[in-house]
Amino acid sequence: MSPADLLRGDLRLITGIVPEGARVLDLGCGDGSLMVHLRDERGCTVRGIELDHADIATAIGHGLSVVEADLDEGLAAYPDASFDVVVLSQTLQVVRKPALVLREMLRVGTRGVVSFPNFGHWRVRGYLAFRGRMPVSRSIPYSWYDTPNIHHTTISDFRDFVAANGGEVEREIPLVTGGWSVAEARHVWIWPNLLADTAVAVVRQAR
Amino acid sequence: MSAEQPHAPWDDVGSAGVVPERTLVLEDVRLAGGSTLPRVEVAYETMGTLSPARDNAILLCHALSGDAHVAGWRESDARANGWTPESVRGWSPPESATGDPDAAPSSAIRPGWWDPFVGPGKAFDTDRYFVICANVLGGCSGTTGPSDIDPQTGRPYGLSFPVVTVEDMVDVQAALLDHLGIDRLLAVSGGSMGGMQALAWARRYPQRVATCIAIATTWRLAAQAIAFNEVGRTAILGDPAFRFGDYYDTCIPRHGLAVARMIGHITYLSDESMHEKFGRKLRGREAHAFGFETEFEVESYLAYQGKRFTERFDANTYLYMTKAMDYFDLSEGAPTLADALAGTPVRFLVMSFSSDWLFPTYQSTELVDALRRVDAEVSFAEIQSPYGHDAFLLEPETQFGFIEPFLKDAYGRAGRDPSEGAAP
Repeated sequence: MSPADLLRGDLRLITGIVPEGARVLDLGCGDGSLMVHLRDERGCTVRGIELDHADIATAIGHGLSVVEADLDEGLAAYPDASFDVVVLSQTLQVVRKPALVLREMLRVGTRGVVSFPNFGHWRVRGYLAFRGRMPVSRSIPYSWYDTPNIHHTTISDFRDFVAANGGEVEREIPLVTGGWSVAEARHVWIWPNLLADTAVAVVRQAR
Repeated sequence: MSAEQPHAPWDDVGSAGVVPERTLVLEDVRLAGGSTLPRVEVAYETMGTLSPARDNAILLCHALSGDAHVAGWRESDARANGWTPESVRGWSPPESATGDPDAAPSSAIRPGWWDPFVGPGKAFDTDRYFVICANVLGGCSGTTGPSDIDPQTGRPYGLSFPVVTVEDMVDVQAALLDHLGIDRLLAVSGGSMGGMQALAWARRYPQRVATCIAIATTWRLAAQAIAFNEVGRTAILGDPAFRFGDYYDTCIPRHGLAVARMIGHITYLSDESMHEKFGRKLRGREAHAFGFETEFEVESYLAYQGKRFTERFDANTYLYMTKAMDYFDLSEGAPTLADALAGTPVRFLVMSFSSDWLFPTYQSTELVDALRRVDAEVSFAEIQSPYGHDAFLLEPETQFGFIEPFLKDAYGRAGRDPSEGAAP
């Protein structure tokens, strides 16, 4: 996903999920587009973590506080439950230690919001099934040898993954982010693991 | 004290222009150690124009061997050379790009130590901001220090000058701001020891600074950095010419100070940058001499750096500056660094350099983590650079990318939000 796509459907959706005035930590915040929206339209207090220097500089110019840090080293700088919401938007698939990142999200945030490309999407399945090649699609646009996406998951696998790490999925919003045009994301409610190319999940510590 | 600063023509070269050197006299300055200095002169320079709302002032703090002359050309140099604006236009000596005062013969005229960072259109944009820089307390470039006359004895202070702390330096700068009628700074910034002052400002006067830009610095020296300082001090103290600091009427401890500078210089570079610059090249010969004269380029470079330094810097000041750094601990008096910073209203920008082994990135990360723990507003980036600690002087482009938007946002807030930029 390029920064130009940052107002992706899933980001618009996340803006809607986050309560007014929430304290939000955005992991892999890019140039801070979501943070700006949450701050200016939802009155949120926002903090970000990002690796890319050009993105950090852009975010700083928007008045955001963004720290260069490696998510795979955890979030030790933040106390338990210091945020209402921790966002991990299209970043789960690029980290080396997704389980550590998820556990840390659940520790520092009351809720986590995770968006990820669904590897169970029919187009991905069809690509591999009929072409016999590693899938390249709109939501997974890289060749296997130069992809930053090293941990692919499906909506069904994600549920198990959260449960295995002491969390539970509170809400799951399967999306079609636009098909051939960059239009509004649409929710899909039937056969989500087949029809959604992207999913947004709200997670929290298991009760 | 001096003529008004000329403007437009000088701005054409992206230079802060010709900058008048000014002095403020303070009386009865109390120090953290308990002693009082009856009279302190503070050498300072300002660039740019203070806004009517007095909300665009930036204080830049210099490092160990710096001075008040942060950018542009000294007015005294301009006068002495009979410069006209036309003669300066386009005149840009190669040293101006390095910011390294010791790279040129000491007689050559040089722009300020952070010239690539300060001027019209530069990171600290003098078209937008009012930039202030003062020589630190205990210094030897205009501000009162051990080489100045003790009014009580009529002789130079030498080692009878009280030990100063980074906090003492900051208090003197605060008195300078009082004099200039500036209640609150848009930003305080510096690299290395200058960064320590910027951090001390944020803790000591949180209501007087909106933002703090700390570069290539640390919240306290680790044992390794103290150790290097101690080797430098030992070289000075062990020089027979040192005479317990009372050398102003005799001969300065040239050898000791040069060795201290050589050691310091090694810590400012990196293995990679030294290899790149010197490798194993020999100077003026094809084969090894099998003797102890200066043969390798790197030897020659260090000898030159050491020698030049003794022509412009006071050995006693070197002792006082390194001691002030060793004593500096931003967490002092608090159980943890995070406790010391809890509730700070100051917004921080912290930058470190990947090859800086004097104040390595992990020390900036400790600071940033403490700030994050107490939910302070902090941005941080580790800049990839081969230039070691000196990168804070050498890489204006990469730092511009962060400093420029950070300041622009801060200044925008000063205009938007009445609570910002207003006097406390």
